[in-house]
Amino acid sequence: MKRGPAVLTGVHFINGDVACAEGALAAGCRFFAGYPITPATEIAERMAERLPEVGGTFIQMEDEIASISAVLGASWAGVKAMTATSGPGFSLMMENLGFGYMTETPCVIVNVQRGGPSTGLPTLVGQGDMMQARWGSHGDYETIALAPSSAQEMFDLTIAAFNLSEKYRLPVLIMSDAVIGHITERVIIPPEEEIPIVNRKRFTGPRETYLPYLPEDDLVPPMVAAGEGYRVYITGLTHDERGYPSTSPDAQERLVRRLAEKVRRNARDIIRLEERGMEDADVVLVAYGISARVAYRAMELARAAGRRVGWLRLITVWPFPEERLRELAARVRAFIVPELNLGQIAREVERCAAGRALTIPVLRPGGAVHDPREILAAIEEASHV
Amino acid sequence: MSRWEVKIAGFGGQGIILAGYLLGKAAAVYDRRHATMVQSYGPEARGSACNSQVIIADEPIYYPYLTEPDVLIAMSQEAYARFAPEVKPGGLVLIERDLVAPDAGRLRDEGPGEDTVRLYALPATKIAEELGHRIVANIVMLGFLCALAPIVSPSGMREAVRSSLPKSAIELNLMAFEAGYERGRLSRSADDRV
Repeated sequence: MKRGPAVLTGVHFINGDVACAEGALAAGCRFFAGYPITPATEIAERMAERLPEVGGTFIQMEDEIASISAVLGASWAGVKAMTATSGPGFSLMMENLGFGYMTETPCVIVNVQRGGPSTGLPTLVGQGDMMQARWGSHGDYETIALAPSSAQEMFDLTIAAFNLSEKYRLPVLIMSDAVIGHITERVIIPPEEEIPIVNRKRFTGPRETYLPYLPEDDLVPPMVAAGEGYRVYITGLTHDERGYPSTSPDAQERLVRRLAEKVRRNARDIIRLEERGMEDADVVLVAYGISARVAYRAMELARAAGRRVGWLRLITVWPFPEERLRELAARVRAFIVPELNLGQIAREVERCAAGRALTIPVLRPGGAVHDPREILAAIEEASHV
Repeated sequence: MSRWEVKIAGFGGQGIILAGYLLGKAAAVYDRRHATMVQSYGPEARGSACNSQVIIADEPIYYPYLTEPDVLIAMSQEAYARFAPEVKPGGLVLIERDLVAPDAGRLRDEGPGEDTVRLYALPATKIAEELGHRIVANIVMLGFLCALAPIVSPSGMREAVRSSLPKSAIELNLMAFEAGYERGRLSRSADDRV
């Protein structure tokens, strides 16, 4: 079989999906299980081609339920694993996604969003799964979701997603969109030694002392891999430090609080934002994914017309950057939130603004990105209130 | 110029997407500039009207869609009719001579001299057939473009062709590029506008 390098160091002109696959390989991903779906298919296609070259495994599964199951299993075998899908497949993954949070299984799930609901607009862009990413599986949990805005970020953030999933032991979501998946751009892949890689904490002590769900100070328990000889019991039922089912209010309190706290307490480590023009802004555009790039154009137009507009790009969408939004709400007049859904992240912005600043959503249900002039009109409106 | 907006349009199967990809790759990988391409996707890329939009700039490109193309390559009548009126004053329109009849009044002509849209025609398909296969008409057009506008370096284009196509196709495509480039050079010096 043809062998190839895992890290394709150099300058490339590739689309976002391909960049995502290359990011995964650079991060150390060696297992992919998936079911093809537009606009995420090129990720699977690239992984099918590249994983065998680096000694990894690619499996095309019968559906997305099986795909995420295989990914969770691979992670427990000690391998970094990923799947990629779009709305309909993401819906099918929801139950086992929760199993991933409950069992603290590191892995990465990519959703290249298209217009929904249901099969919706297979080839056209949407951002309608942002709240599903936050709340889609039943029960209470915290997640981490990143929103790339370029082909370069499809590479960079896939690495970041693997590192976060290994560090905090949970499924990390990449909430991309059809435009960013299919846009072809310059992508710079750095030398392998310049790519920071985080690996899960491993337990290497005596077998009889291993407690698979005994957390350390950072609230994250060290992990072992299947076949290393440790006794491991993995269940979606509420469990104790041994991993055994313990369906008591006390066990529930300890486990479910810890699963949320390990993300909440580390929000500052997890959250990444990009900002422009915030120094003098009295109106702030809040956007992510392709919409952030369209909003940037609107900011340029508005600045040219003398408006004091800032631009806040959510790179991390979950956990939501509440602290920063609250700070800004105390000093700006309004937030403008353009997104390709009927108002999902806008609700979060409004919650953080808590009446101290206006929240003006600029919404499209998907199918096409905004005309920057629609956003400009909202800026004008906000500047006159 | 620091920013170029290029639209390549025609039918699926004419290599419209590949032409856009090669142009962007020449700029991004070999000329080390920023380049972004968005394209038709799905059935339209495989038969009916199809286009690719390329932006090349020295600065990072945020908004990836064309606002006012500097250049249109039209490989079909429909593409010409639809997109020619959008081309910026002083811009450039290249047509496949045997597939497009440039009716008057389509191009923006906002006065004499530099503001006129320049129109050049090339029998790219015929040239490609003479070289051996009509499939390289898209590369003939890229050569033509390279000679008529300093968007990407000819050496960058040649490298993009070499690094992107299957080995067996490289020679023919490089010949196609040179043929188009030569015709473009002649057209430029003769001011051979339509």
